Amino acid sequence: MDATDRRILNALQGGFPVCERPFLAAAGPLGIGEAELIARIERLLEEGVLTRFGPLYNADRMGGVNVLAAMAVPEARFEAVAELVNAEPEIAHNYRREHALNMWFVGASDTPDGVEAAFRRIEERTGLTVYRFPKEREFFVELKLAV
Amino acid sequence: MNAPEPAFLLDETDRRLVRATQAGLPLVPRPYHAVAEALGLPPEEVMARLARMQQAGAIRRIGVVPNHYALGYRANGMTVWDVADEEVDALGERVGRLPWVSHSYRRPRALPLWPYNLFAMVHAHSREEVEARVQEIAALLGGACRARDVLYSSRILKKTGLRLAD
Repeated sequence: MDATDRRILNALQGGFPVCERPFLAAAGPLGIGEAELIARIERLLEEGVLTRFGPLYNADRMGGVNVLAAMAVPEARFEAVAELVNAEPEIAHNYRREHALNMWFVGASDTPDGVEAAFRRIEERTGLTVYRFPKEREFFVELKLAV
Repeated sequence: MNAPEPAFLLDETDRRLVRATQAGLPLVPRPYHAVAEALGLPPEEVMARLARMQQAGAIRRIGVVPNHYALGYRANGMTVWDVADEEVDALGERVGRLPWVSHSYRRPRALPLWPYNLFAMVHAHSREEVEARVQEIAALLGGACRARDVLYSSRILKKTGLRLAD
């Protein structure tokens, strides 16, 4: 990553314009051209510096649900269970964490029953309890990772 | 801010648009036109619908989604706190405003295994930096906090955007 990549990351974690030539509009303030911005984003995606580029949808605001859950997975079965969990299309994120509850994932769906159905399938297929931690209240945050 | 807002109701065209863009925008000079062409919609309509969803909060933001690990934010601590019920909302608001907290939620406890009702995600370059921030949160919570823990993520097993079913 060079200084221009870092400027892209700092400037474009939000606010990518909705207009006919959005890369052109976003590239100007970064001091580069449209083609270069596209090429750099493409490379940052390939290198895994970016996980995605585009709209970040909020399931909660679309009548859907978004539920954090965790499981205590025996170490010997960890990879197999991760595969089963990840195979569910409703599972948007899954992280290994260092705790007795060592697998933490988020179920997201635009239908209220979709997430619960995915959690039940995971429980059936793994024989493990899925602990549900639905959000009861979201506190305001404004984070942008500085690079 | 936390009063339940009515959900943004997607019509079938919105849903097609979400499905077409949830994995990402095409990396071409006119990305919204490319999406419009794929969906058989006028580009103006695609842009107007995206703008409306953004205004309604159905789109949080449009842009790059960085991989924290790749950026050197390797110590990502999910800090969890057992805070007195009558104080958790006021204190949660203050925790959420700390600049290095990316998410902050009140969630149900799962007793006896899990006594924590306040979650705050802290991003830092090292565990030492996370621990220093945990001390700051602890000082802010004061006597209202009875117990705490920090769960570090050691691996991303899956990370995708929202997936609307077909």
